[in-house]
Amino acid sequence: MGTDKPGLDMDTFSTTLLKHGLSLHHDVTETLQVNVGKLCNMACRHCHHEAGPDCSEIMSRDTMEEVVAYARRARFKTVDITGGAPELVPHIEYLVGNLAPLAPRVLFRTNLTAMWDHRRDWLPQLLKMHRVELVASLPSLNAGQAASQRGTGTLEKSLAMLRFLNELGFGREGSGLLLQLIVNPSGAFLPPGQRQQEIKFRHDLHRKEGIVFNDLLTIANVPLGRFRRWLESSGNFSGYMEKLSSSFNPATVPNLMCRSQVTVSWDGYVHDCDFNVADGLWHGPHRLHISSMPGGPIPGAPIATGEHCFACTAGAGSSCGGALAA
Amino acid sequence: MEEFYYSPEDLGKFGDIGKDAPDLAQKFFDYYGAVFAEGALTEREKSLIALAVAHTVQCPYCIDAYTRACLEKGSNLGEMTEALHVAAAIRGGASLVHGVQMRKVAEKLSL
Repeated sequence: MGTDKPGLDMDTFSTTLLKHGLSLHHDVTETLQVNVGKLCNMACRHCHHEAGPDCSEIMSRDTMEEVVAYARRARFKTVDITGGAPELVPHIEYLVGNLAPLAPRVLFRTNLTAMWDHRRDWLPQLLKMHRVELVASLPSLNAGQAASQRGTGTLEKSLAMLRFLNELGFGREGSGLLLQLIVNPSGAFLPPGQRQQEIKFRHDLHRKEGIVFNDLLTIANVPLGRFRRWLESSGNFSGYMEKLSSSFNPATVPNLMCRSQVTVSWDGYVHDCDFNVADGLWHGPHRLHISSMPGGPIPGAPIATGEHCFACTAGAGSSCGGALAA
Repeated sequence: MEEFYYSPEDLGKFGDIGKDAPDLAQKFFDYYGAVFAEGALTEREKSLIALAVAHTVQCPYCIDAYTRACLEKGSNLGEMTEALHVAAAIRGGASLVHGVQMRKVAEKLSL
């Protein structure tokens, strides 16, 4: 297959919104998402950040202190810690331990394999102690597809870590320790229905592996970073973008995560979502550091958009919190 | 210029089949849509069946369409490959079970 360079004959995302009589702006901000860096033990082919073992972008201890101070000032309902692999970032225990008392709900996103490598360390126990919700990435239950997407042996390690988390109580009913799975497609196609996929994963994981979990979220692959390069080199870019744009669902727009969220990148700057971090789009007309933010983005403030936004509005919609519409 | 009987773009023109017999086409497409809607079987299960049948009838359009459908409905390559083996087993079995006929004829003709 030849390369598939962009040169698309399709409306921009902002034009598509206008045609539907819609606009995209901030509502009241409920969630602080903290991206602690691109350092990761894996280099998944779907990654919009191009995260990997050679990445040097990680959040410093000073920036973590700024994040904690920001969370204390703004009082968010949810704090969502993501990466890269947050497990690998030095001082992550400081960040988790100091953010946990400041929000009713704290999420920690894990690729499972990074945590498996640190399972005997303090981290799983720390997350348990603070009742942090784990959001675990598990794109496929097929070993071959998982290996192609994330690396050899990934599925086996991920399942072993899920069993370990179950032993700690995560995902077990009545434990109060929540374990969510997040599933994204193994290629250039949209995710399946979230409810149907949850039923299937619950059945297969319990029957074949004895693993339980609380919820399952589906998320679309976003055409940025390493995934975009794969789309282009495999000849899938145009078809995928046409699929995303032709599947635009206006019913998803009121529920887009960027409306109620602010994302802080590893260097402490403010973005409207994690995908905008990857695309280099900051919140507002100028780069803003969290130290200058008294609270969340002002309701009514515009949200920066790009063609990648079609991934969040296609079909049932997509976000870091799963599908957006029935 | 290369020409092919089958072209991927032609799949999108399936609806054109209604141009000279719209009523029949409408009946077919309504039926088709109803068949693949969620029922006693899930849409994912129906797509797997369709994928297996597509390989049995060896329709390139159907293989393209139901490979995509299976992936989008949440099936993985292991499940999709097993579905093809079900089709292959039935096709192969259908050949082999006619060996009973062969044996009957041969036995009748043989000393």
